[in-house]
Amino acid sequence: MSAPHAEDATRRDFLYIATGAAGAVAAVGVGTVLVSQMGPNAAERAAGAPVEIDISAIEEGQVIVAVWRGKPYFIRHLTDEEVAAAQSAEESGFSDFEAADVRLGAPADGKEGKWTIVAANCTHLGCIPTKVDTGFEGWFCPCHGSKFDVTGRVIKGPAPTNLPLPPYNFASDTTLVIGADKAGA
Amino acid sequence: MSGHSTYQPTTAFGKWFDDRLPLYRLVHDSFVSYPVPRNLNTFYTFGGILMLMLVSQIVTGIVIAMHYTPEATMGFDSVHAMTRDVAYGDTLQDWHAVGASMFFVAVYIHIFRGLYYGSYKAPREILWILGVLIYLLMMATAFMGYVLPWGQMSYWGAQVITSFFSAIPLVGETVREYLLGGYAVGNATLNRFFSLHYLLPFMIAGIVVLHVWSLHVTGQTNPTGVEVKSKQDVIPFTPYATVKDAFALVCFIIVFAYFVFYMPDYLGHADNYIPADPLKTPPHIVPEWYFLPFYAILRAVDFNIGIPFTDIVLIDSKLGGVLAMFSAIAVLFVVPWLDTSEVRSANYRPMYKIFFWLFAANAVFLGYLGSRPAEGIWIPLMKLTTFWYFFHFLIIMPLLGWFEKPLPRPASITDAVLAKHPDGDGSGGGTSQLEGAAAAPQSKG
Repeated sequence: MSAPHAEDATRRDFLYIATGAAGAVAAVGVGTVLVSQMGPNAAERAAGAPVEIDISAIEEGQVIVAVWRGKPYFIRHLTDEEVAAAQSAEESGFSDFEAADVRLGAPADGKEGKWTIVAANCTHLGCIPTKVDTGFEGWFCPCHGSKFDVTGRVIKGPAPTNLPLPPYNFASDTTLVIGADKAGA
Repeated sequence: MSGHSTYQPTTAFGKWFDDRLPLYRLVHDSFVSYPVPRNLNTFYTFGGILMLMLVSQIVTGIVIAMHYTPEATMGFDSVHAMTRDVAYGDTLQDWHAVGASMFFVAVYIHIFRGLYYGSYKAPREILWILGVLIYLLMMATAFMGYVLPWGQMSYWGAQVITSFFSAIPLVGETVREYLLGGYAVGNATLNRFFSLHYLLPFMIAGIVVLHVWSLHVTGQTNPTGVEVKSKQDVIPFTPYATVKDAFALVCFIIVFAYFVFYMPDYLGHADNYIPADPLKTPPHIVPEWYFLPFYAILRAVDFNIGIPFTDIVLIDSKLGGVLAMFSAIAVLFVVPWLDTSEVRSANYRPMYKIFFWLFAANAVFLGYLGSRPAEGIWIPLMKLTTFWYFFHFLIIMPLLGWFEKPLPRPASITDAVLAKHPDGDGSGGGTSQLEGAAAAPQSKG
């Protein structure tokens, strides 16, 4: 009676594998549901639309903080001295060098870039740096000691990268849009 | 639980029940007849104190959760409404908040006791690892609990801690968004932290059961580090250890109560009385005192690690700091294998004893540095103390096993006790005490 015995074993093997496979599929399905719900929900993502900010009242040397997607952004109107200092700064003074021109924005083509628009959360652990005005130094993070220049480039400290530039554009001389690269985009 | 059960049901119902569910037998064997070494000192009472702290935190937590609203615009107000409007609401809130601090006071004493007496050595590695797991869960629970009052320190603490995960290469930002439930710390974050803060204590309780089970399989260590060898070395848990634990517990509760009633905010931060403001970082973010040593280690790494003489960065300073901080906890898991000495107790290890106290002083100093701003002289000091923290575990511990010449150890726990107290349990005395005592080791055992 060896044949039926072998047949039994085969049927049991089949059930093991089939059950195991069904279990694995179920585990992936359950895992997907449980992990996906953790992410930003639809309302949160919808709130990511671009925001318009009136910048007419920001004098040279002033900084305001605007909010987009629940995160703060600095909008800083530089003085001529600050622009000059940022542009002439040595590359060796930065840990993540970028040219100053790349980091400055201008309301219209041909005008000199005098606006710094950067994320206001330190790239280290997310604190909001405080404004300083010593030469071309622009911000100091009180949490862990990172220093940034007036265009948000890291000078010193644990911040690994410069303050990120959000997508932005100038809809007019007095209106800044954060969240989109081109007007109407 | 070594040896067979000595439980004898005394009533007919007791016997009937015992045949069906030997629950009382388990309790009796674990907490009444369970043998403990006769020479346990006060430092061995903190396990019991920690059990009470866990219960205390769960009870007060369940009660204050009934008055709390886990919502970003209402969380702060609901806590402060509770402290003003609910009968004894202020006491309950202080009891829970100070309780967290006291829980950590007790756990640190418990951990350092284990390090001093070599409690992690074979056969107690699993017992130790379970303990480190409990400590990790405690830290997660305490952190998420601290976010719930939704004050400035709550908010910015959450911001800093969750940013650790954005240090992970490539997927870091996505991982962080999934932890927060949004692009920034917000309502979704508060909600899930509340859910997890309620869950984790029960997971801790589960691991505590395993921890105690493991303890009762291997038996307690003791200040001599010599294993139990005979019945003379042990006394029954009840009444001896029970009353000792209870006495220490009462002393601990007096200190606890002093803080709750006379200086409830001493261990907290004034900034947490300001509602969370996502647009304003407090000038000086500090975690709760029990995280300070790790905070100092995090900030000690302010440099990139790369291939020498090139510009290639392998680990940037942010990832480096986070790795160092997590390693500081991870290294505890392998302590049983880092310590190569076969002598358990520091009482018989002259060199380890010195290094132990150096390590303890260094850990306290790390905590102090954690409370200082990351500037000036503090940064090199943070680096030095961080270096020593790892040097102790990774270099000194393995090497001491080879270089240290241990002192002679007593033959048994009873020998050690009698050598210390030549007149035994007080009935002896007079001359030639050692001999006399050895002849009649003890009358109570």
